[in-house]
This record gives sequence, structure tokens and C-alpha cells, in this order.
Amino acid sequence: MCIVLEDKTMEIIDNVGNTPDKLLEVLIAVQESSEENYISEEQLVSVSKGLGVTLSKAYGVATFYSMLSLKQRGKYVIQLCNSAPCYVNKAFEIIRAFEENLGIKVGEVTDDGLFSLEFVSCIGACHMAPAVKINDEVFGNLDRFKVKSILEEIIRRER
Amino acid sequence: MANILSKFYVKTKPLSIKEYKENGGFEGLEKALHKMKPQEILDEVISSNLKGRGGATFPTGLKWQFTANESNETKYIICNADEGEPGTFKDKVLLEGCPFLLIEGMIIAAYAVGGTKGYIYIRGEYPKSKEMLRNAIGVLKDEGYLGDKILDTDFSFDIEVRSGYGAYICGEETALIESIEGNPGRARTKPPYPPNKGLWGKPTLVNNVETLANIPIILSMGAEKFKEYGTASSSGTKLISVSGSVVNKGVFEVEFGVTLKDIVYETCGGLTENSKFKFLQLGGSAGACLPENLLDTKLDFDDLRSRNISLGSGAILVADDTTCLLGFIKATAEFFEHESCGKCTPCREGNKHVTKLLDKIVNGVATVEDLEILKDVALTMKEMSLCGLGQAAPTALLTTLNYFEGEYNEHIKGYCRTGVCFMKGGEVVNE
Amino acid sequence: MNKVTINIDGRDITVKDGATILEAAKELNIQIPTLCYHPDQSIKGSCRVCTVEVEGIENLQASCCTLVRDGMKVRTNTKRVRDARKKVLELIIASHNDNCLACVRSENCELQALSKELSMKETRLEKIVSNVSIQDDNPSIVRDSSKCIKCGRCIEVCHDVQGVGAIYNLNRSFNMEIGTPLGKDLSEISCVYCGQCINVCPVGAIYEKTDIDRVWKALEDEGKHVVVQVAPAVRVSIGEEFGMPPGSILTKKMVAVLRALGFNKVFDTDFTADLTILEEGNEFLHRLNGGGTLPMFTSCSPGWVRYIENFYPELLDHVSSCKSPQQMFGALAKTYYAEKENVDPKDIVVVSIMPCTAKKAEAARDEMIDSGYQDVDIVLTTRELGRMIKESGIDMISLPEEEFDEPLGISTGAAVIFGASGGVMEAALRTVYEVVTGEELENIDFVNLRGIEGFKEAVVKVGDLDVKVAVVNSLMSAKKVLDMVKEGKADYHFVEVMCCPGGCIGGGGQPIPGTNEIKRKRVEGIYNADKKLALRKSHENPAVKVLYEEFLEKPLGEKSHHLLHTHYVDRSN
Repeated sequence: MCIVLEDKTMEIIDNVGNTPDKLLEVLIAVQESSEENYISEEQLVSVSKGLGVTLSKAYGVATFYSMLSLKQRGKYVIQLCNSAPCYVNKAFEIIRAFEENLGIKVGEVTDDGLFSLEFVSCIGACHMAPAVKINDEVFGNLDRFKVKSILEEIIRRER
Repeated sequence: MANILSKFYVKTKPLSIKEYKENGGFEGLEKALHKMKPQEILDEVISSNLKGRGGATFPTGLKWQFTANESNETKYIICNADEGEPGTFKDKVLLEGCPFLLIEGMIIAAYAVGGTKGYIYIRGEYPKSKEMLRNAIGVLKDEGYLGDKILDTDFSFDIEVRSGYGAYICGEETALIESIEGNPGRARTKPPYPPNKGLWGKPTLVNNVETLANIPIILSMGAEKFKEYGTASSSGTKLISVSGSVVNKGVFEVEFGVTLKDIVYETCGGLTENSKFKFLQLGGSAGACLPENLLDTKLDFDDLRSRNISLGSGAILVADDTTCLLGFIKATAEFFEHESCGKCTPCREGNKHVTKLLDKIVNGVATVEDLEILKDVALTMKEMSLCGLGQAAPTALLTTLNYFEGEYNEHIKGYCRTGVCFMKGGEVVNE
Repeated sequence: MNKVTINIDGRDITVKDGATILEAAKELNIQIPTLCYHPDQSIKGSCRVCTVEVEGIENLQASCCTLVRDGMKVRTNTKRVRDARKKVLELIIASHNDNCLACVRSENCELQALSKELSMKETRLEKIVSNVSIQDDNPSIVRDSSKCIKCGRCIEVCHDVQGVGAIYNLNRSFNMEIGTPLGKDLSEISCVYCGQCINVCPVGAIYEKTDIDRVWKALEDEGKHVVVQVAPAVRVSIGEEFGMPPGSILTKKMVAVLRALGFNKVFDTDFTADLTILEEGNEFLHRLNGGGTLPMFTSCSPGWVRYIENFYPELLDHVSSCKSPQQMFGALAKTYYAEKENVDPKDIVVVSIMPCTAKKAEAARDEMIDSGYQDVDIVLTTRELGRMIKESGIDMISLPEEEFDEPLGISTGAAVIFGASGGVMEAALRTVYEVVTGEELENIDFVNLRGIEGFKEAVVKVGDLDVKVAVVNSLMSAKKVLDMVKEGKADYHFVEVMCCPGGCIGGGGQPIPGTNEIKRKRVEGIYNADKKLALRKSHENPAVKVLYEEFLEKPLGEKSHHLLHTHYVDRSN
């Protein structure tokens, strides 16, 4: 595996802690350090060795927590809340708006690797439903027009 | 509206010890550490009649006493900040608005029950809360409120922040403990309960954010004064999270005893323009859906129990008549299907069958027998699941089958009164 | 301990505080159906089949994990309870591939039995069976997730008993499955092929990779000379496949049935077990006197060998260089025996009947070709032999008893006890004592090394020397010794390690069920078989003596070194 990546993983373990109970914390940190917002197979293997947990367990934990991903995601992960409060505020229209604007379906990544769309359970922004979370930032009270301008703003920033 | 809790996040800046103290912060802790014996604190909490604010409404003082009764050199105090119940965002307000309050509550709890180390478990969907709590702990360590020899006593206590990462089940206390241990968050069988055997097999006290935030208030004003708020069975105030089709959405602090009607029409200013009340879901997605004629229900544990309704997290979601009941129930069922940990049969398999059957219903291809099977599976889940997730997952389904069965039957006949559902394989009916 | 009295179905019973409803009901002979429950494992409480009604509690309770409380009133046989159990079973069956006719566990399946017990009828639920492919890209074990009922027993045995952790709960909700990391096959991860997961699986989700057809083909091939060897543990367990009580000693009927199946010669792995004692005993003395690496670990158990290769390669010097009896047999069958009988070794097919799934992988190891051919060609488990006999229509139990063929069928009691944990050590001590002291060992029964407990130790006076030995079974127990060695805290001279709990009688190829209760009876059978024999010390085996005279010359000699000893591989990456 790539030495740099392994070193980076080991550095994360040094920072977070190398005991088995830190497995989830380390996986989160590894994912957060990734441009594509995911944990690669090689990194998962390094984490399991570094913490002394079996690879099967590391994989079990990585597939249990839904915010962890073993697949490459976009630089901007758009998490669409599809819980009941957002449903009542017609979140399905917002979901459609994101899909149409980006030309991808929920669960996919745009060709340029900039965006991925996924569902998320309630993000605690129900007072401004329908809401989405893009990386760590929450956007609420959305309608189709706001969706469009949010995306345009990010694309402008990235140019 | 009451403000014994909300004054802290309304009037103080989150990391300002000065402002916190000006509003009565650390009075409870000072009193506890300098003037009270641990058992006196336990007695005070028991006497306050405080009940858990996370959803299970277990008497807090009793839980503390159980933990205190265990003789073990190591005991853990866990703050459950895994606020995953859809429609609930009141802990977030406390976490980000006044982190000192719940930390103060944790320190008092640790002193009272003999806790040696604390954990705050925060869901991954709240990255800002995590950052806030880490900063708050840093500030309090510098000021001598955490760490060795707190406030110049012999008592030492430290807190670590741990993350959830997209698992609603981790709000269940034994699943949360599993998660802190570095495992997938799957619920344990109980007994043993955490006060006997919790984190790493040691006695562990797990309390919700809002529960802990009430502790400094109880100690500083005294249990008797605290009980002046609320009702005989339900003392104090409750933070409610209101969402849906009302004018004022948000977190409100109300005294126990108010009716749901007061909340919807007074506190929240009624329904949004041109919309008509359809139902109210109390307690989040795991809660019951109530029709208009039950809005006289009081926020009071006795009143709720007599109607077989659970307050849950105190979330209130108001749906108007443009909401398709079946679409709503399907969204709810999909949530639980996504969040089941997969350990026990009824929840793992049941949620799958429920979503499949609801899918048939909203597509207008279900039969009357499907509806019977749906009821059967839902009941099996409620009665036979291992933990609260599976037991409560079908609550919305079962209550709407009770109060709104007509709308189910309409869908089976191929008709959606709101026009939201695409019936019979894509053909839009009623539009 | 305090006692509490509860009432179950109208009858009072007093049990100890801390008992479960399930345990209390058992004392009243009330049978509550279970599925995920296993008597030797932790309580899981996940299947929810063992549900009962408890007065004052609205929801039904799982009796396996609900503790008794004084004055509790329980009902186990109401319509509500019976219906609820059926409904939960219906949910399980809806996602179970119920192709029972073609299932290896048909008629020995806990789900099938439960279905019958609860009088299940046609389900109304939609069938949703997972579409995952069968995982079998390895010599030993097949995993079929479409049959899995997700009880988690295999995970517990793999992690907590064996310390291997090859499989785990993956994903969640309906997609929760028990599997290997990153979709890898067992051969690509740290699995040691011990097959303990098979033994605890209630259904047909895990089973051995079967080689029965290859054996039939060899037997029907006129040009092949097919010889079979049978491991010690098989003779006390094969009867279970035909309804006999565990521990029944069926050595001679088993010989008869193998001959009837068409094997040209029926030999005994016990012969090479005796040989192993001579080689390994001498290796031990050599290490002891020549300052070699100590403690020395035994090497007969291939699951154990693979474990140390995977997890503690730095300690491989401690492992005896002796091949296992199975592999010694194969190497000799295609050299010594071939010469003696004047058969071309290329025409010899060596078949082993083993209590073990790891033996299949051992026979397939690259270096096991010292005879010039693959030393052992085909390995069958005890269960496979049972199936083969059933296929043949031969009634083993009614066959007259027959003797093993000579010379590779002659053995002593010391070889029989290889089948139980402690047996190899006991056999070695019987020989080492007499070789070192030149005196006859009076009491040859080392009873404190026997039994299925995981960790046993003893100090044995051999001449002037106090020999400190340990006997461990299950890999978690082995791990303890390995860690002690690593920390320099193991002052043992000689350690016997068996991969499977209880030793080979608890092997992954043995009849199912194989609970601790059953294992104890098999162990009893092993020691009874030893006691019945006139010769009970390996160095007294006359055929082994002849082997050395005619062929090998001396223990650890050049030929021994070539045919009977081996080397190991670091597999940690």
C-alpha cells in the first residue's frame, strides 16, 4: 500500500489513541482526513492492525455506522434528511430538485467527484425543515430555488 | 413560558464562565461539593421526582441510587447526547447553547454516585455540538471545575467526548455503551442494567442531556422549589421540539401540565396559513400519532399513561391535511428499517416486511390481506423485540391504524386523498 | 445464594436467584422452544422464539434472558404465546433458503426441528431470501448465507473460543449478515479452518467442503490402490451418525464398513500416532539436552499450526518439526508401504477419515509432497464418512467386527488417546519416561492432564529432572500460553496444543451436535478404548519397531527427517 497513506493512518491512530475502544473514533478521523470522504480498504487494514482488532470487526464497525463510507464520495457530501418532520415539509420535492440539478440519483457521485447525494436520518434541523447537511453545514427552509443557488455557490467557489 | 433551563442558553454565551455564573451557574456544584454528602444529593434528586428526559421517563434519583449502591472502585457517568429521535433537537440547543449546564450536572452526578470518569456521547450529525463540548471541557479544566481536586476538594473527575456516527440505535443506553467500547452499537439484553454492569462491565450511570441539565437547577433551588414547577406526577419543565406545519417551530420550555392544544395553538401560534390540522405525532418517530380530539392530552406522565401514550423525547410534529398519511407512515417505517441494528428477529425482519407492505399500499397494489399481515407483523415487533427500538418502531403505524384506518382502506382501493401517491403502477389518481 | 419462588403454568418452583425463566421451566420439565440458545455459549436473546407471558408486563418476554423474580407468574403455553412464537418463526423462515431436500443439515437442523415442534404451516409472508453467493474458495469450509438465521453462535466461537475472529456481524438491519471482511474468502483472511463454526451452526449455513464424490470415483477406478487411514477420535463418534450414544467404541465395525465400501486396505492413523511419539519424544529430548528452543509445542493439530503461522510467526521455532500423524501416514504409505507391497506409488490413493476440517487444508499444503506425490490425497470428515455409509446402504452397526490391515494398522493405547486433549502429552510422557530412565513406568494414567478444560498443567519427575508440561485446547487457551512465552513467563518444557475445544473429539468435522456434555462422553470412550488394549506405550508398537528396522533406521534419522518432519510458514501478512 501507499506508504504515505499508511503513515497518515498511523499518525491518526497516534493522535486519537491505539486501544480497541477507539476504533470508531479512529475510523471517523480517517474518513474526515480523506478528500473523497471515505475509508479505503488499505486504511481499514492499517486501522485494524494499529488498534489490534480483527479486520472482520473493523469491517463490521465500518459497515454498521451509516455515516462511515468504504466507497469514494464527493468532496461535498449532500445529506438529504428523509425523516418524518422533513417529509411533512415536503422534503421529497427537495430531493428531486437536488437529483435534477446534479443529474445523479441518491447514492451516486457526480462525474467530477464534486458532489455525492445520500439520505441521512434526522439532523436536528426540524425547525427549518426541509433541511440538508452539506459536509458539516446545515441548510434549511429549502425550496427548489434555494437548492439551485446553494449548488451554484459551491461550484463558483470551486472554480 | 418557564425559563429555568432556557434562561441559560438564552441569556449566556456558551463558553463564558462569567455569564454562566451570573445566571446561577455552578451554584449547584458549589453547594454539592462543599455543603452536601453524596447521600444528601441522592436524596435531593430522589425527592425532586425528576424523571429521565430521554424518553424512558425512569426516575433519575432511583437510577443514581442504584449506581451509588454498587461498590466498585471504577464507575462511569455517561451523558447520552445521541439525540437521534426524528423531530427532536432540544438537546442540541443545550449542547450548543449552554454546554456548562450539563457538564455541571455530570460532575454533581459523579460526586453523588462515586463516578470516576465521564463520557459525553454525541451523535455524528452534530459536529458543532462535539466541537462545543470539547471546548467547554477545555475551559472547565483550566478553571479547575474538571480534573484533579475539583474546587479544592479531594474529588477528581474527568470527561471525554465520544462520537456516534449515524446510528439511531446508539441512543439506547446499552447500545451506546457498546459503541463507546468500540463495537457496533447493538443493544444488550437486560438485565444486567447499566447501574450494575455497564461500560466495560462496571457500574455506569447513563443520563440524557436535558436530565443532567436539570441537576444543577434542582440543587441550587432545592427539590421543594423545583417541584413547584409542573404537576404532582411530573415535576419541573420540559423542553419540547416542535416541527411541521405550525407557525412557530423550534424548542420551547414548558411546564408539565400544559395540554397539547396549548402548545400547538398558544406556544406555536397555531397552524401555518391555509392549512388544516390532520394529526400530531408526540415523541418523535417512535411516538403515537394523535387525532385532533386527543389534543386535550396533558403533558403529564399520569395523564399520558392513562391514555397509553408515551411522551418520548418530547418532540411534537404537526402534520396538516396535505400530508398523505401513508406516505408519512412509509417514511417513518423506512427510517426504522434503516436504523434497526439487525440483532433480534422481530425488528430485523419485521421492519423489512413492514416497508415492503407499505410500498405495496402506496402503490395501490395491496390487498385487504396485506393489511392484516401488516398489523400482525407490527404487533409481533411491538411485543417481541429485544429493545425499545423494535418495540416502538410500529407505534405510528399501530396508532394510525387505530385512528385513521379509513385512509389505509382508501389506498387499498387505489385512492390517495392528498394526491401524493402514484397509484397502480404510476398512474396518478385524484389529481 | 438466595432462593426465589416463581409460578410457571400454575406450578410453583423454587430456584436460585439469578436463574432465568428458561432454566426454571426446565426444572419443571416444561420445554420452552429455543433457537439461538446454545448450552455452551453466552445468552444472546436475539431470536425471540423462547417467548413467554409474564403477569404484569405488557409485552412478551424472552425466557432465556429474563431473570426470575420472587412471586413472578409465568405462562408458557397460552394461545398468545404459541401464536407469537409461530409469528417470529415465520419471520425467520421468510428469509431462510428452505431448500431442505438438498441441505446437508436436513433432519439435523434446529430450525427444521423447531418448525415441526411448533406445527408451522404455510407462511403468508413474502419470501425474501438473500441472493449472496456461496463462499467456498478454500479446501475446508463452505459458507452459504442464504441459510443463515443470524444467531451469532459462529461469531462467538470464532472470536471468544478460538480467538481468530475471521467472521463478524456486518452491516445492519435486514442487511445484517455474518461474513468475512471486505467480501474476502476464508482463504484470504486469518481463518484456520478449525470448523468450530460448523459445529455450533443450528442450520446448514456452514459446512465442510465435501470430497465424498472424489472418494467414490477413486474406489471405482480399477487402476487405483485406495488405502484409508482413520484418526483416533473417529471411532468414538461415528456411531452418533447412526443414532448410537456418544462415546460408543465402534473401531472394529468401522473397519468392517470401510472394507465393505471397497477400500483396498484399511489402516489406522494410530500407527503414525505411535510413530509421532517416537519422533517427537526424541525431538523433545534433543531440545532438552541440546539447548534447543523450549517450550516445545506439539504440531499434530493443523488448525493450531495455521493459527501460530497467522498470529505468532515469531514463535514458530517452538513448534515441533514433526508432521502430524495424518501426514506421516501419507508419506509412508507412498514410500515404505508402496515398496513393501510392490505397488506403484502413483497408483496409490490415500484417503483420511478425520474429525477435522483443517486436515483438508493440511493435506493440500504445498510442501506435503515428500513421498514424491501428494502425500494424502483426500480427507473426509467423520460426518462425511457417515453420509458415505448411508449412501452405500450398508448397515454398519450390524456388520461383524473386523481388524485393521497390517502393518500400518497396528497401534497402542497411547495412540488412541491422541483423540482427546491431553492424550498426546500423556502418550509422550509414557515413552519419554521409559527412554530416559530405562525403568518401567508404573502408573501410566496421567489423569490430571485429561478432560475438556482448556488449560491443564503438571510437573512430572523424569529421572532427575522435573519436567513441567502444559496441555491446552481451544485457541484462546493456546493464545494464553503464547503470550506467556512472549513475555518470558512460560517455564514449561513441553506444551500440547489442540486447536479444538476438548481436543480432536471436539473437532470441526465431528457429528453435530457436539456439546460439552457429548464431548465428555467421547473422551470417556477414548480412555476406555486405551484401557482395553494390551499395548499402551508407543515405543512398544511392534510394527513401528519393524518400520525403524526395515526403513527409517532411527528416530530423527535422515529418512525420518525427509519424510516425517516439516517446516512452517509465516502467514501473518
